Amino acid sequence: MSVARFWRKIPQRYNLIGTTCTTCGRYFFPPRSFCPDCRRAGNIVDYKFSGKGTVVTHTVIRTASEQFEQMTPYVLAIVKLDEGPRITAQLVCAPEEVRIGMRVKPVFRKIAADGDSGVIYYGTKYVPAE
Amino acid sequence: MRDVAVIGAGCTTFGEKWNTSFRNLFVEAGILALEDAGVAGEQIDGLYVGNMSAGRFIEQEHIGALIADYAGLATHHIPATRVEAACASGGLSFRQAVIAVASGMEDIVVAAGVEKMTDVASGASVDTLAGAADREWEGFVGATFPGLYAMIATDYMSRYPLTREQLAQVAVKNHFNGARNPIAQFQQEITIDTVLKSSLVADPLRLFDCSPITDGAAAVVLAPLDRAREFTDTPVKVLASTQASDTITLHDRRDISTLDASVAAGRRAFAMAGLSTADIDLVEVHDCFTIAEICAIEDLGFCRKGEAGRLTAEGVTALDGDIPVNTSGGLKACGHPVGATGIKQVFEIVQQLRGEAGKRQIDGAAIGMTHNVGGTGATVAVHILGV
Repeated sequence: MSVARFWRKIPQRYNLIGTTCTTCGRYFFPPRSFCPDCRRAGNIVDYKFSGKGTVVTHTVIRTASEQFEQMTPYVLAIVKLDEGPRITAQLVCAPEEVRIGMRVKPVFRKIAADGDSGVIYYGTKYVPAE
Repeated sequence: MRDVAVIGAGCTTFGEKWNTSFRNLFVEAGILALEDAGVAGEQIDGLYVGNMSAGRFIEQEHIGALIADYAGLATHHIPATRVEAACASGGLSFRQAVIAVASGMEDIVVAAGVEKMTDVASGASVDTLAGAADREWEGFVGATFPGLYAMIATDYMSRYPLTREQLAQVAVKNHFNGARNPIAQFQQEITIDTVLKSSLVADPLRLFDCSPITDGAAAVVLAPLDRAREFTDTPVKVLASTQASDTITLHDRRDISTLDASVAAGRRAFAMAGLSTADIDLVEVHDCFTIAEICAIEDLGFCRKGEAGRLTAEGVTALDGDIPVNTSGGLKACGHPVGATGIKQVFEIVQQLRGEAGKRQIDGAAIGMTHNVGGTGATVAVHILGV
């Protein structure tokens, strides 16, 4: 991933800045600039998510792509944020610890790196909140 | 709109074809299809090719022109178009060819699919396939393709009665069929134990729940139905051609365990053909993972949500069952050269409807269906074929 491509998403990846439509009240993460429900009648503004949420489903990745090969096994989950949107994220916990319905909260973590001398990608992972 | 028929079909063997290049794969499938149709190159009005990622797999773009050239058609200047929708590229290629003939714009059209996946290391191919999902918000955080389908399986198994053994039976059944298909990548039967003792890839999915990395190509020739008998005594009519889309990410779906695009494309196909599930003699579904076949059977309407595991265990989807599923061996055993898969599904149905499927022949098969999925369900193409 190029520096610019990563850099322009820093507000979302570091601080969970999404959007909300003030016309219908729906929240979007990752942010959308166009409301699928209200379409042109929608009015999109930034919204900072608390990041708290609940595990909807999960897996443990044991065969990963090149950038993540050193991290296996790691827990991957779909988390439903309290405001409504669902996201895919890594959970920082033991594989046997994860379960559907588990409450989680966000933590700032290194996600991956482009080799030994390339860009280091940071972002949000989740930890058990209970 | 004109009625459309398949007048010829061809397919390479599927597997790790170290000695065969991308362009030779395509040429081999194309020649087989044209010979089967009795069509000469100069009669072709158009060429469509499904290909997911030659750019990443062999660092080659501009595939339409490349294959037209190596098929010996460059000097005829026929239009050649690449179609891409990840693993549904082949299904969409077929659909574009159907539309071209149905519209009256083109008469004799080749629909093909090709993928050369083994020229990169397995880590690179896993990463390339992850591009079928959302690179920014799934791939970026470490989601692999098996990982996304594993999350479907986790959700499904928490809500519906599906045992690990029933899930394994999908792979056992498809290997049984693959062992009876001379083009299949894996022609060995396996047991439930083979699946359960294979290594975990993404819990709960194991190696034998996953379709393999495959090289292969397939091609079919289409013509207006009213011209089909100029070329063949056994034209196969295209009764329905539909396509649907959904959110690119799995997490944005209405329901994690239902591919709404499969539901939509399936319903539209039955409406277009004026048929119901009871009329279908066999179906090729997109079993990129065992859980995907379970979902597909249900989403297309062959049974209610939560029943497919039990029906699979009871043999309902086996070769001698009420509704044989994936007689080719499916993606699991026949192999999954992603861009070619949708065309290979049509190839299998054509063989079955002509009574040429050998040891896996379904007696009296007259109507068959194909179901080809891109990503985790963001694109689905469905076709119904009949004789």
